Amino acid sequence: MKPDVYGVMAEFDNPTDLVNATRAVCEQGYKKLDTYTPFPIEELNDILHLHKNKLSLIVLVGGLLGGLSGFLLQYFVTVIYFPINVAGRPLDSWPAYIIITFELTILLGCISAVFGMLALCGLPMPYHPVFNVPRFSAASHDRFFLCIEAADPLFDMEKTSGLLETLEAKEVSEVAH
Amino acid sequence: MTGQALDFNPSTELRTSLRQSRARAGIIGLIGVLALAAGAFTARDQFFRSYLWSYIFVLGITAGSLSWLMLQYLTGGAWGVVIRRPAEAAVRTFPLLALLFIPIALGTSSLYSWTQPTTDATLLVKQARYLNVPFFLVRAAVFFAGWIFLSWFLNRWSAREDREGPVPANSRMAAISGPGLIFWAFSVTFMSIDWVMSLSPHWFSTMFGLLFVIGQGLSGMAFLVTVLVFLSNFRPMSEVLTPRHLHDLGKFLLATVMVWAYFAFSQFLIIWAGNLPEEIPWYVERLRGGWQYVALLLVFGHFALPFALLLSRDLKRNFKLLASIAVFILCMRVVDIYWMVTPDSSKGSLSVSWLDLAGPLGLGGIWLAYFLIQLEKRPLMPLNEMELAEALEHGRE
Repeated sequence: MKPDVYGVMAEFDNPTDLVNATRAVCEQGYKKLDTYTPFPIEELNDILHLHKNKLSLIVLVGGLLGGLSGFLLQYFVTVIYFPINVAGRPLDSWPAYIIITFELTILLGCISAVFGMLALCGLPMPYHPVFNVPRFSAASHDRFFLCIEAADPLFDMEKTSGLLETLEAKEVSEVAH
Repeated sequence: MTGQALDFNPSTELRTSLRQSRARAGIIGLIGVLALAAGAFTARDQFFRSYLWSYIFVLGITAGSLSWLMLQYLTGGAWGVVIRRPAEAAVRTFPLLALLFIPIALGTSSLYSWTQPTTDATLLVKQARYLNVPFFLVRAAVFFAGWIFLSWFLNRWSAREDREGPVPANSRMAAISGPGLIFWAFSVTFMSIDWVMSLSPHWFSTMFGLLFVIGQGLSGMAFLVTVLVFLSNFRPMSEVLTPRHLHDLGKFLLATVMVWAYFAFSQFLIIWAGNLPEEIPWYVERLRGGWQYVALLLVFGHFALPFALLLSRDLKRNFKLLASIAVFILCMRVVDIYWMVTPDSSKGSLSVSWLDLAGPLGLGGIWLAYFLIQLEKRPLMPLNEMELAEALEHGRE
């Protein structure tokens, strides 16, 4: 394993070959790999176990924080800082708080969804080694890529490249750092 | 898998199971109805109250199924193809429900204070143009005529589709469903005003009709989910239903629970904020003397709990868990309707009569037995539906 190599990348010209190759590579025990496709491919989520991530938890916490802050904001204003008698109601009339509590739940839930998604994706990312492969821009058009990272414990330049070449890859290239 | 390879008629095991369930439901229903009949002579006013709210619950399941049946003809989609036959069987019970309406028609003088001659405020005198027994019965007849017509039309063309193919049946059913849904929304709004809101004739809420529209939708979807999960234990539906079908229906449950909470809270907030003497008594009556605990139960059981659980993707894809939630929601629909109808008559304190138990068991049992007879009559999937192959592929690799 050389430190100056990010990984090895295989290019496919159709999604079926990519799915088959990814499945085969996973069965060999590789863990640190990713696929790059012009459109979402459902099967890859199953193979790479991408159904679960921390985003839903982040949104839940964000939403709860939003709701709590909305409720407490109104509570402190109407009960402690500026207690004003409105139509003889109790100062802590919670039904009146619900709308703003609800809105702030939504607001902070949405904000944490957007920024949580960006954070989990590692964005913004001004540099990524995969773009060192000259043909990689085709991943946005009509080619399908599978990249096995050098950080994977099973990674071995010759063996991994050899494995990918047996899996219908059109081209296998080294990814420089 | 193709549609032609499967026989969608109920399998022998399913028929046996349907027959057992039908017998059980029928016996429970019969006992309930006998108890109700005894109550009709011994405790007349209580009988009519219990009968009314039980009836509204059962009607809600049926009319709710009608709304989903019409909606899926307009939207299309795999979820609509799998619920179609259970929904058709449910709406074929409308003639039975029309028959079961007779006790309410006979009991107007006991149920509704506006039937009594009044020297009361001008409001009630003016209301008499709308709230009088003949016009009340005419409106009920219009509701039933519409519902029975829609149910007859959709069932007839669906049977013709099975025999003769999707043209022209498919476009006919879609064409009736648009106006049908509009009729449904209006009829349910007026029904809720006539049968429930007029129990306290001084009170009014413009949100009330929508609350019933969405409540019926929720009852209908919860019932259809329960039926589908039951059917998934037997051929042919065990070959048809995938977690993805149930996932779609679970999303509808979640959405409907949220809309119900939105409407119910909006009505409460508006009346609470206005605090007007002609509006607020309705809630005051329902938030004291024990009724406040029923209201709290609704906040948690009708909204918070199903909402939190139905957020989970895994739960919506688990047949048994989703059916448990659906049954729980149906129980909460019973509580919700009970809480809306009953408190005015049991002034001040919560007391459950034995007729409030006999009512839902009796009407529910009889209705369910009749529904199961209807369910057995036809293939469990539409044979010539254009989207059938797509619906069968839904959720398969």
